[in-house]
Amino acid sequence: MILARVVGTVVATRKDPRLEGFKLLIVKPVSPEGKDEAGYVVAVDTVSAGAGERVITVSGSSARMADGCKDRPVDTAIVGIVDEVHLD
Amino acid sequence: MYLGRVVGCVWSTVKNRNLEGHRMLVIQPLTPELANTGQRIVCTDCTGAGAGELIYWVRGREASYALLPQEVATDTTVVAIVDSVHLKSAAAPAPAPPARGRKPPRKG
Repeated sequence: MILARVVGTVVATRKDPRLEGFKLLIVKPVSPEGKDEAGYVVAVDTVSAGAGERVITVSGSSARMADGCKDRPVDTAIVGIVDEVHLD
Repeated sequence: MYLGRVVGCVWSTVKNRNLEGHRMLVIQPLTPELANTGQRIVCTDCTGAGAGELIYWVRGREASYALLPQEVATDTTVVAIVDSVHLKSAAAPAPAPPARGRKPPRKG
C-alpha cells in the first residue's frame, strides 16, 4: 500500500458495467512527510475521499479484495483516509 | 519477500471495512546489507512489530493470505520479525535487464 493525495476526479460515461456507480479519483503518490512523488494513478474510491485528502491506496489484485470491489476490473483502490502518519 | 525496517505508523479512522482492526506500519525497504532502498510503503502487520524493528514483508496478493481467514485488501504485509541476517559475502549485483527494443539482427 502506498500513501497518496487526491488531486482530481475522472468522469467516464462509457465504461465497463461493473464499474458503474464507482467514484474514480486521480491520486498522486506522496512520501510519509507529505511530499509529492512522481506519477499519477486513477483509483476507485471505496471510502468517499475528498479533494486534497491524504489516502492509502492498494494496488494489484489485492485491490479487488476491497469491500465492494469483488469481481470488478479494478487494480487500484483507495481503502483509507489518513488521519496522521507518525514517524519514529 | 523483502527486508525492511519499521519507521512509523499510519492512523486512519475512515477505511475500507475489511481493514478495520489492522495495524498499518510505514516500512522502509532495505537491501540485504541493510541499506535503505526505494520508497517507504504502508504495510499491514500480522506480527506486532514495533518501531525500528527489522522485519520482512511480502507483496502482492499473497500479502492478504497472511491475514486469513479474513479477506483483507492489502498488497503489502509484514510477515516476520528478523532476528539476524547472515551474508556469506556482499550480495551479487542483479544481472542487467535485457536491452529493450529491437532484437539484434540474425547472423547468416
